[in-house]
Order: sequence, then C-alpha cells, then structure tokens
Amino acid sequence: MNYVGIDIGSTAAKTIVFNGEKVIASFVMPTGWSSKETAVRIKGQLESLGFNVESADIKTIATGYGRISVEYADMVLTEITCHGKGGYHLFSQDGVIIDVGGQDTKVITIKHGTVSNFLMNDKCSAGTGKFIEIMANRLAVDIDELFSLAEGGTPIPISSMCTVFAESEIISHIGAGQPKTDLAAGIVQSVVSRVALLVERHDIKGICILTGGLSHNQYFRKQLGEKLRREIHTHDLGKYAGALGAALIAADKFKH
Amino acid sequence: MLNLPENFKSYSEARQEGFIRLKGLKESGKKVVGVFCSYTPTELILAADAVPVGLCGASEDPISYAEKTLPKNLCPLIKSSYGFAASDTCPYFYFSDLVVGETTCDGKKKMFEWMNEIKPTHVMQLPPGRTSGTALATWHSEMQRLKDVLSRTLQVEITDDDLRQAIHLKNRERKAILDFYDIGSLKPTPLSGYEINTLIDNNTFLFDTEEKIAILEKRTAELLEDYEKNFKGKPSRPRILITGCPTGGVREKIIRRIEELGANIVGFENCSGPREQKDLVDENKDPLLALAEKYLRVNCSVMSPNPQRIEAMDEMIENYQVDGVIEVILQACHTFAIESSRIKKFVTEQKHLPYLCLETDYSQGDTGQIDTRISAFLEILA
Ligand code: SF4
Ligand code: SF4
Repeated sequence: MNYVGIDIGSTAAKTIVFNGEKVIASFVMPTGWSSKETAVRIKGQLESLGFNVESADIKTIATGYGRISVEYADMVLTEITCHGKGGYHLFSQDGVIIDVGGQDTKVITIKHGTVSNFLMNDKCSAGTGKFIEIMANRLAVDIDELFSLAEGGTPIPISSMCTVFAESEIISHIGAGQPKTDLAAGIVQSVVSRVALLVERHDIKGICILTGGLSHNQYFRKQLGEKLRREIHTHDLGKYAGALGAALIAADKFKH
Repeated sequence: MLNLPENFKSYSEARQEGFIRLKGLKESGKKVVGVFCSYTPTELILAADAVPVGLCGASEDPISYAEKTLPKNLCPLIKSSYGFAASDTCPYFYFSDLVVGETTCDGKKKMFEWMNEIKPTHVMQLPPGRTSGTALATWHSEMQRLKDVLSRTLQVEITDDDLRQAIHLKNRERKAILDFYDIGSLKPTPLSGYEINTLIDNNTFLFDTEEKIAILEKRTAELLEDYEKNFKGKPSRPRILITGCPTGGVREKIIRRIEELGANIVGFENCSGPREQKDLVDENKDPLLALAEKYLRVNCSVMSPNPQRIEAMDEMIENYQVDGVIEVILQACHTFAIESSRIKKFVTEQKHLPYLCLETDYSQGDTGQIDTRISAFLEILA
C-alpha cells in the first residue's frame, strides 16, 4: 500500500509518496493559474513514476487551497491539520509550526502530537509570501535575490499595514534614491515582524519549526529567530510538511 | 390613509408583505417603536400599548448607502442599521413612530445622533458598568425618562398595572424562549443552530407576543418528540457554542457553514441566544426598579468590567456539553474584540476546550478563508 499526499498551495504544489515506512518519492511543481490542471499534471507525474492513483492500493489525501480540485483524492483535509501532522513528524516534539505560505501564514500549536490551536493572518497579505513576491517585483529582482540583497542592507522601516500601501511606500523610497539593499532588508524585516506578531499571540511551549516555502531560507530563519529570541528549526522536507502530513494521515486512516 | 414609499414596487415579496401587515396594524391605530439592542426594556413599549420591532442590521445591502455618512471602518451591524434607515428600505423603520437606542458602544451611540435626523430617536444613557454606586440609580432614572418620552410621543398613559402586565407577559415569553434554547442541550441535538438563529430573529418581526409564545411552545414540543423518536441514543456531531457579537448578519456565511461542514451549533452565548432571556424581571418589586435591575444584568462587552459573561459562558459550556467554542467578532467591534483574549484564555486554559475566533463583516470576500478556518477547527475536534 502506498499513500500519496498532495498539497496544492497558491504558488507551488507539493507531492509526497509514503509507503508506510518512508518517503519514496517527492516532487514540486508550480501551481500555475488552474489548480484543476495542476491536479491532472500531478496525476501524470505520479504515473510516470509508477504510481497509479486510481488503483486500489494507493490512497490519496489532498490539502492546501487547491485541495478541492484534486478529484481523485480519497479525502481532503485543511492545510492546518496536514502541516501540523507533517511538522510534528519531522521533529517528534510538541511546539509551534510556522508556515509562511503564498497566500496565508499559519501558526499551529502542537500538543501531545496533535493540533490544539492555530492562527492565520487576516484578510490582508502582509506577512505572507505574496507580500515578498510583490515587493521583489517592485525592486525588479527575484525572491532569492531579494534575500541576498537584504543581507547586506540596513533595514528601512516600512510602516504600512497593507500590501498595496507598502508597495507605494517602497516606490517613494526608490524615488528618493534609497539603496536597494536597505529596501530589501526593510521588506524582509516587515514580514518577519508580522509573522512574529502572529507567533507571539500563541503560548509557545516546546520548539519552533519553520515550514513552507521560506523554510530553506537561512537569512529569513535567522531574522525570525532573533525577533522571537528563540531557535527556529527547519528541515530538508520542511517545504513538503503539508504533503507529508497528508500522506501520513492517509496511512493512519486507510491502513487496515 | 398611510402612504407607501415611492420605490415600494421594487421591494422583495417578503418585504412587501411585512409592509402590508404593518400598514394594517398602523391603520388600526397601533403605534410602532423600533428597537436595536438587548438593553431595550421592551416591557415599557408594550405597556404603552405599542409594538416593539427589532430593526435588524443584518443585511449587506444598505451598507454602501450608510457609508455616505458613516466611516467605512465601522461595525457592519451599525452601518447596516443606519443604512436601512437612511435608504428607506426597511418597512419596520419606515412605520416606526419612535426609535429607541442606548449608549452601548461608541459606534452605535454616535450613529443614533445621525438616525435622529431621519426619525425621532430616543437614546437611553446606559451606564458603562454595573459596579459603581450610581449605576443602578442612573439606569432607573433612564427607565423613568423612557416612560415619559413614550407617554408624550405616543400620547398614552402608562400605569403601574400596565407595566406589571407587560412584565408578566414578557417573562412568559422569556420562559418559552429558554425552553426552546434548552433543546440544544440534548445530545445529540435535534435542533440546528441555523434554525435557532432564524426562528428567534423572525420572531422579532411578529407583532403579537402571545403568537410568538405559541409558535415557540409548539416548536419546542415538536422537537422534544423528534428527539425521543429519531435522535435519542444516536451519536453526536461535535457540539459548538457560539459567542461574541450578534450573528444575524453572518448567518449564511458562518452559522450555516459550521453545520454544513460537520458540527452542530448547540447554543449562542451572544445576543442571538439566552443572554437577555436567562433571568427574569422580578414581578414583586416596583416595576421600573425591577426593569432597571434586570436590564443592567445583560452581559454585553460594552459593560466594564464584565466578568458575568465568563460566568454565563461557563454555565453554558457545562449545560450544553460543548466540545468547542467559536467566537464571531464583527469587524471594528472594539469591545468584543478586546474581550476575546479573555474569552480565549478562559475557554482554553480553564475549560480545556479548543477556541476559534473569526473576525469578519457582512461581505462575501472572505468566505474561502472562513471555510478553511472552520474546517481546520472541526478537524481538531474530530
Ligand atoms: S451585543 Fe451588546 S450592544 Fe450589541 S445588541 Fe447585544 S447588548 Fe446590545
Ligand atoms: S457588534 Fe460591537 S460594534 Fe457592533 S453594535 Fe454591537 S457592540 Fe457595537
């Protein structure tokens, strides 16, 4: 029996295949404009790896904002539950899981190995991957470049609460001739503060784990750790936490 | 002969019906008083031989109209209430001879100043807390003032006997409402939270208290029977208690969705629930004083401090065998938003139950996110 976890987020779709003992396949693809099409592409990719999701010995759980588009899934669950399960699995310790997603940033409390509480950013996109993406566009760099620029800069404070206004704040700073490095540092700081605020509304007991798209970014991790005055843990599979959680839950649910 | 508003033909059928019924009532000589809040002593209105009608601010439609005058960043309930008045689209407002408001939250009390320009609006000065030595005396004298205003405006005499009768009638109604709410404490519940919310709201548009009592009693009896026959002994879905701001305006977006996504709402610890009904007016005291005492006990977050809300919540969590608490905060409602940290602490640390806070308004823009939050919360309970 194999268990497939699919996490279709707003920017990237992550897939994990778990055989009940270990992860035997994983891949990422961009979500693109249609999560329905992405779901079909994932199915094709799985087939080419030798996994036919329609067969009886494969069970699939889909999560993420595109979860309902995965018509062949045996079950759908929210990204909160899946990230919680996946994040916990990576460290086997209670604590909080911070997932900075494309659309939503989530802070999930794990107690006795399961989700006990969670918070998500409100309507606006400040403090999410979307904010970083928009600001990087403004500076005409890609996201990785934005972070490497930030490392060499002194942050210029960005005070706007709203992404659209923050963008015009950046534009006026550019107009005033401020160095890109300082602007990039300001942008990262702004996201770090937002995320930290969300985390601090939680009662942190145990470890802090950063998952999601930014979990591979050492600079972001360091900044967030400094702001929260605690160590932030990451894992090679951090990006896959949601998909991994989905696959693990499939294994729990459908194993007989 | 009373006139219908100019744009009457464009109203929906239900709205037209409400208009026609109320028009008939008014033509028979009845007076109508519009009310907004659980602090309004409707007994005084009944004693004045007038009909109290709830002027709901539960629809998104008139909000853009209200925003011509009121700030955008204001509670949707206040904007909707004012918008109905200003756009002349609410039959109940249209036929009200007088509107009664209270100085509850800042938004509402300042809105009433604007409303007064459209229709005579009497505002009762509610004390901001119950504990000061003068709170009860102030509220008592506000009862007297409302009595005078009603007598003058509606040209009636209100005797103590009228008041006693009205108090007795309302107490009977409260008992009927409480029995109906109590159905939610059955496990599994035969009553959906959506129905609780809808029935109670619809009842505010009936003009005959006896009729209301009859409807409630009938429905309660039916539900009890239904429970014995079809529910007793069956497994229960997760049981949710709703708390926070009034939920009439987010009934589809939140109340209905929670139940569609797999839980039962068993009780409302807010103004859509037993908050106001749960203790009766003392029938053996001076009526105005008894009213003042009773209405000062309403556990709204506009009261400072407000520990009684926690006590009420504690009781409901036990009574209704609740598995999780969802708090609904309307955007820009400061008092409930600030109090929510305290509620969360109480629910999670003292009752050891999961708690979710949903901050929202009447728009449809956040339905996807609300769904995700509710689903994730229910997955925790599963
Ligand atoms: S929540 Fe408070 S202010 Fe609003 S209707 Fe209820 S008692 Fe009145
Ligand atoms: S919900 Fe809050 S802000 Fe809105 S009217 Fe009631 S107390 Fe005032």
